[in-house]
Amino acid sequence: MNNISVLMTCPMFPYLEQELETRFNLIKLWNPSSSKPEFFKNYSNFIKAVVGNTKVGADADMIDSLPNLEIVASYSVGLDKIDLDKCKEKGIEVTNTPDVLTNDVADLAIGLALAVLRKICVCDQFVRGGKWIRGDFGLATKFSGKSVGIVGLGRIGSAIAKRAEVFGCPISYHSRSKKPNTNYIYYSNIVDLAANCQILIVACALTEETHHIVDRKVIDALGLKGILINIGRGAHVDEPELVSALVEGRLGGAGLDVFENEPDVPEQLFALKNVVLVPHVGSDTEETSKAMADLVISNLEAYFKGEPLLTPVL
Amino acid sequence: MKSIGVLMTCHMDSYLEQELEKRFNLLRFWTATEKSTFLATHKNSIRAVVGNAFGGADAELIESLPKLEIVASFSVGLDKIDLAKCKEKGIRVTNTPDVLTDDVADLSIGLMLAVLRKLCESDRYVRSDKWKKGDYTLTTKFTGKTVGIIGLGRIGMAVAKRAEAFSCPIHYYSRTEKPETKYKYYPSVVELAANCDILVVACSLTEETRHIIDREVIDALGRKGVLINVGRGRHVDEPELVSALVECRLGGAGLDVFEHEPEVPEELFGLDNVVLLPHVGTGTVETRQAMADLVIGNLEAHFQKKPLLTPVV
Repeated sequence: MNNISVLMTCPMFPYLEQELETRFNLIKLWNPSSSKPEFFKNYSNFIKAVVGNTKVGADADMIDSLPNLEIVASYSVGLDKIDLDKCKEKGIEVTNTPDVLTNDVADLAIGLALAVLRKICVCDQFVRGGKWIRGDFGLATKFSGKSVGIVGLGRIGSAIAKRAEVFGCPISYHSRSKKPNTNYIYYSNIVDLAANCQILIVACALTEETHHIVDRKVIDALGLKGILINIGRGAHVDEPELVSALVEGRLGGAGLDVFENEPDVPEQLFALKNVVLVPHVGSDTEETSKAMADLVISNLEAYFKGEPLLTPVL
Repeated sequence: MKSIGVLMTCHMDSYLEQELEKRFNLLRFWTATEKSTFLATHKNSIRAVVGNAFGGADAELIESLPKLEIVASFSVGLDKIDLAKCKEKGIRVTNTPDVLTDDVADLSIGLMLAVLRKLCESDRYVRSDKWKKGDYTLTTKFTGKTVGIIGLGRIGMAVAKRAEAFSCPIHYYSRTEKPETKYKYYPSVVELAANCDILVVACSLTEETRHIIDREVIDALGRKGVLINVGRGRHVDEPELVSALVECRLGGAGLDVFEHEPEVPEELFGLDNVVLLPHVGTGTVETRQAMADLVIGNLEAHFQKKPLLTPVV
């Protein structure tokens, strides 16, 4: 398959690049050797596969400029950077990396909730700054037993629920439709969910409907003692509204792995002690990155061998 | 009961102080300029001592309080109380079990996640604007790692129950095997350390468990192992731990307690594989209030000649 040209949209994981390079003719979009228009002119007809991720996927423009594109294999479970309609229209296959990253993202959601409520990062900074000698740290807030509201009860949302339950957290959720076979409390409206939980966790896919699903109304409903955890996409949240709510003390706190304009993070958050800010690391462990990469490779190999795709989306 | 002298050993909690002051003659030991004079002045009125993890009731204090009837600890740990002396003198002792179990177990899991996923380091990375220059490094998955627990009491069991939800196989060491649990028992701490990825100290501090984490255990836990200590600083041979971390012979550590609090070995401050907390295991508004209510409840029960709520001796 070394004559099959695969376009990688941006640097994502050295192991993935190596493995792609071993098997295919890997073309790196970020190579400074040519400008974008020139690049596409030279290579566009050869490219049969695109490997994208959460930063750069395959939008309509890219798909249109690759006339022989047959498959988009995303190094992510999120599909918001792929023009799925265009792919459907052109008969282009799409795969992603579900399941292998579910645990890591769920672990991070719980980690962020614990870090925010128990002020773990602030305490660590307190010790390293030599402040403990001068006096004890203040009190934080208990996590066990707090009610957890989950937006989106898919693989990740369910994994978060399973973990939170063991801490005695009552679980409620909002999703497009009620899920059979769960005892969790369903809210058909996200504002009601926010009003009835203490920790609101965003775990749904980003689509046109869920863009800014966490808006001023939801933030107000979550309130002074409420905590927002976002391990979905930055665009799930109206970021300026979130920032002013936190700065003005109208929201209890936030644990954020994603932001609207990564890697830019609103600087007004940097001084706050009731937020934890991490750089989109939801699935960024050695183990999971490798598993995701292996899944991308396996999907591509299966496709080009004429075998069934492992994790097709369309 | 307003004439009953209650000696509080150190500043521990404002709510507790308020509530004690409403009911008793509260004497704040830490405000005394000269401790022995203070004791000599008040010794005949002090019938109760309220201590905690920092200041308890050792033999010397007990001997200097001839009217002491009860020591009510604002902690579950009893390492700062001379229990033998209390028994000898018929002094009652109470502590605060159960109400703080969840908080300490929560913090154990929080420390595990913070160490393995480098939460504090990556939070610092974002706040110092480094994300613009490049992504943070890959970390290590928590789900599925083997968790080894030293001490399968209330706190140890609560840690196990939580870690299980992350599909972590649970192994343990304790003085005696607990066949009613399905967890894997190891008859020694070294063997436990050699057979787990994350070792959690959750036992009480006694003469037997002092420095239960020593060089041998640290070596057995190894380069990829992580130590979590939510017990007492003295459970761990601290200089050995520090050199193992600095020399990369141990994978990482999440520490809420230290041998000489509030002093923390400065060699740890530059490491990105440790999380250091200022003994906040029970440091939530909810739990401190519940602990305080239990201390008050025990004292009131004692002086009203009713059964103690959480007696130890």
